[in-house]
Amino acid sequence: MTRLLPFPIVSFCLLALWLLLNQAVTVGHILLGCLLALAGGWLLTVLELPSTRLRRPGVMLRLLGLVAIDIVRSNLAVGRIVFGFGRQEWTSGFVNIPLDMRNPYGLGALACIITSTPGTLWVKFDAQKGSLMIHVLDLVDEGEWIRMIKGRYERHLLEIFE
Amino acid sequence: MNGIEHLPPWAAALTAILVLLGASVTLVGSLGLLRLGSFYERVHAPTLGTTLGTVFIASASMVCFSVLESRPVLHEILIMALGLVTTPIALTVLVGAARFRDTAERRAQVGEAEDG
Repeated sequence: MTRLLPFPIVSFCLLALWLLLNQAVTVGHILLGCLLALAGGWLLTVLELPSTRLRRPGVMLRLLGLVAIDIVRSNLAVGRIVFGFGRQEWTSGFVNIPLDMRNPYGLGALACIITSTPGTLWVKFDAQKGSLMIHVLDLVDEGEWIRMIKGRYERHLLEIFE
Repeated sequence: MNGIEHLPPWAAALTAILVLLGASVTLVGSLGLLRLGSFYERVHAPTLGTTLGTVFIASASMVCFSVLESRPVLHEILIMALGLVTTPIALTVLVGAARFRDTAERRAQVGEAEDG
C-alpha cells in the first residue's frame, strides 16, 4: 500500500460510485471522481483500519455465484414457511459454529452473506473462543448447518482473505 | 426523456413482470413478519424484501430506463450493493438487543427464584 493510495480497493469503489451516481463517464467526472477517491482513501487512514489483501478473484466470483444461488433458494424456502406449504411444523434455533476465520474483513463478509440469505441470522461472534452463533429459521440438523457454513462460505473466504 | 408510452411492449412486459415479482416477494416477507411466532423467527422474514425484492425492483428500473433513454442506466446496482452491505448492521443490532434482553430476563428470573 502506497502513501498515495492507502486503500486502493476503497478508492476504486469510490470512483465507481461517483461515475455511477453521475451516470457519466467524461474526463471531468473521472478527474473529480479520482480526487474524491484519493481524499476518501486518505481520510480512512485516520481510522487506522487493519490492512488486508484480497486474493483469488476467481474464488471471489465463485463465492458470489454460490451466494446468489443460496439467496434465491432460501427466499423460496422462507416463502414456503410463511405460507405454511409442506410441513406445518418447523423448529428454529441457535447453532454454534466454530470458525477458523479471524480476519475482520472476512468476518464482515461472512456476516453479510449469512444475514443476506433469509433463514439464517448472525447473532454474535465470540472472538476469544472463535465461535459464531447464528439463528436458523428452519433447523433440522445442526451438523448440516455447520458443514454448510464452514464448507461453502468459510473455506472460500479463507482463501480470499488469508 | 421520452414518456412511458414510448416503451416497446417487450420492455414494458419485462418491467411489469419484474416489478410484480419484486413486490410479491416483499409482500411475502411482510406477511412473514406478521405470521411467524417469536422475535427471532420474525426477523428472518423482512430479509426477503431486502434481497430478492430489491433485486427484482431495481432490475425493473434498470430495464425500463435503459430502454427509454437508449443507454445503459446502471446506478440501481448501487442500491442493491449498498442494501446488501448495510442490512446486516441493523439486523445484528436488533438481534443483539433481543439477546441482551433475554439473558437479562433469565438472570432476573433466576435471581427471583434464589431469593424466594
